[in-house]
Amino acid sequence: MAENKLINACKAVVIGGSAGSIEVLLKLLPALSSPLSLVIMIVLHRKNSTDSSLADLLSSRTTIRVQEVEDKDPVVPGTIYLAPADYHLLIEKDEVFSLDDSEKVNYSRPSLDVTFESAADVYGSSLVGILLSGANADGTAGLNLIKARGGVLIAQKPETAQAAFMPQHAIQNAPIDRVLDVEEMAVFINSLSRVN
Amino acid sequence: MIEEADIDLVLNDLFEVYGYDFTNYARASLKRRISRLFLLDKFPSFAEFRYRLKSDPGYLKRVIEGLTVTVTEMFRDPLFYKALRTEIIPTLAAKPFIRIWHAGCSTGEEVFSMAIVLKEANLLHKSLLYATDLNPQVLEKARRGVFPLVQMKQYSENYIESGGKNDFSAYYTAQYGQVKFDESLAEKMIFSTHNLVSDRSFNEFDLILCRNVLIYFDKQLQERTLNLFDESIGTLGYLALGSKETLNFSSIKAKYRQLNKEKIWRKIS
Ligand SMILES: C[S@@+](CC[C@H](N)C(=O)[O-])C[C@H]1O[C@@H](n2cnc3c(N)ncnc32)[C@H](O)[C@@H]1O
Repeated sequence: MAENKLINACKAVVIGGSAGSIEVLLKLLPALSSPLSLVIMIVLHRKNSTDSSLADLLSSRTTIRVQEVEDKDPVVPGTIYLAPADYHLLIEKDEVFSLDDSEKVNYSRPSLDVTFESAADVYGSSLVGILLSGANADGTAGLNLIKARGGVLIAQKPETAQAAFMPQHAIQNAPIDRVLDVEEMAVFINSLSRVN
Repeated sequence: MIEEADIDLVLNDLFEVYGYDFTNYARASLKRRISRLFLLDKFPSFAEFRYRLKSDPGYLKRVIEGLTVTVTEMFRDPLFYKALRTEIIPTLAAKPFIRIWHAGCSTGEEVFSMAIVLKEANLLHKSLLYATDLNPQVLEKARRGVFPLVQMKQYSENYIESGGKNDFSAYYTAQYGQVKFDESLAEKMIFSTHNLVSDRSFNEFDLILCRNVLIYFDKQLQERTLNLFDESIGTLGYLALGSKETLNFSSIKAKYRQLNKEKIWRKIS
């Protein structure tokens, strides 16, 4: 399979999105095969900063465990983690999560760039970074750092995105490996999970 | 890009030259703070950054300020304050004296929020609020009790959501884009530097708040800090953490019972 050549042993997939990406996840999650051998981390810009029901919503679409991160939670494969509202999500070298409530980055907290960079530091070439729909430029710089550490980059096909700007911006400014629609993304992630 | 080894060198300098020990801070976040400072201050090389830090004690202030995250607000997480009002404070009312410790109080918004809650419960007169932080600059601000006027709309909304029934603006006077909170609120506050890494327990408290500070520590330092709190909380006293922090990974957990969905634990043994 072509995907297998892109990456050998994928340990983590980090997905970032903004406006229009919850809809994408609601389609993507049910298409993922369970059990999952890797870990998925999701970082979303959210309008309502106190809304903690998003994890429940995502959880209702899959049998894979979905969990909103608390500080120092260990990263357990087979789990989908969601960055909590109002904190940056970081990963430590010993594979526990750290949260950080410092300044917004790209007007956002959580910021996609922050998590992408931190995940790149920890997972290097075993990481896939996926950028979904959105109306701002957050994520592109982080994808470049993932690539610098040997990881693989995916962007949502802009014409399938409710807000095309964010994936488009990444396609123009980062060495994206694959531009995929939601169905293709699911196939791709399932193939990563299987080859492990 | 700043490498792990550079971070170690700076942490070493900070400890050897100034006695500040950041080695058990959560690395991922610390790395971001150091990189940010390095970029903001436009050093041509990391060696020059280190040289400045080691040779200029004035620059240390800036580094401490840069490494610590001091983001805070009044009535942050309003539902937390609601739980304080309805479930915690009433159980302290019968005490002759109420001692509270705000560890990592930053610029004081949390302490002033607490003073308002206590005042509204008619308990402020018999309370003492110890507010500590490792960063002397934020304590100076906290002591003044002066905050930007632009924040008040948000704080007032938080206050109302927390169950506040008064006119929030009655607690301060506005002038030149700043507000000064009522002196009577500050009367029972004691501000002091205290480093959770190296300083000891200094009193026994009915309630300790340490919110959004532990997230910057690694697990080992969290454990040390939580034990320090445990030594400083009397039986049936309370410990309140930030909304994404937990006792779950700590050895003191067995002695505590979590009260509700908010991050408040009561010492039961
Ligand atoms: C993000 S603020 C939290 C303020 C407030 N508690 C809140 O939740 O809004 C974190 C504070 O912890 C302080 N801090 C960091 N390390 C500390 C240490 N070792 N000892 C005491 N305070 C520390 C920082 O200086 C900063 O003011």
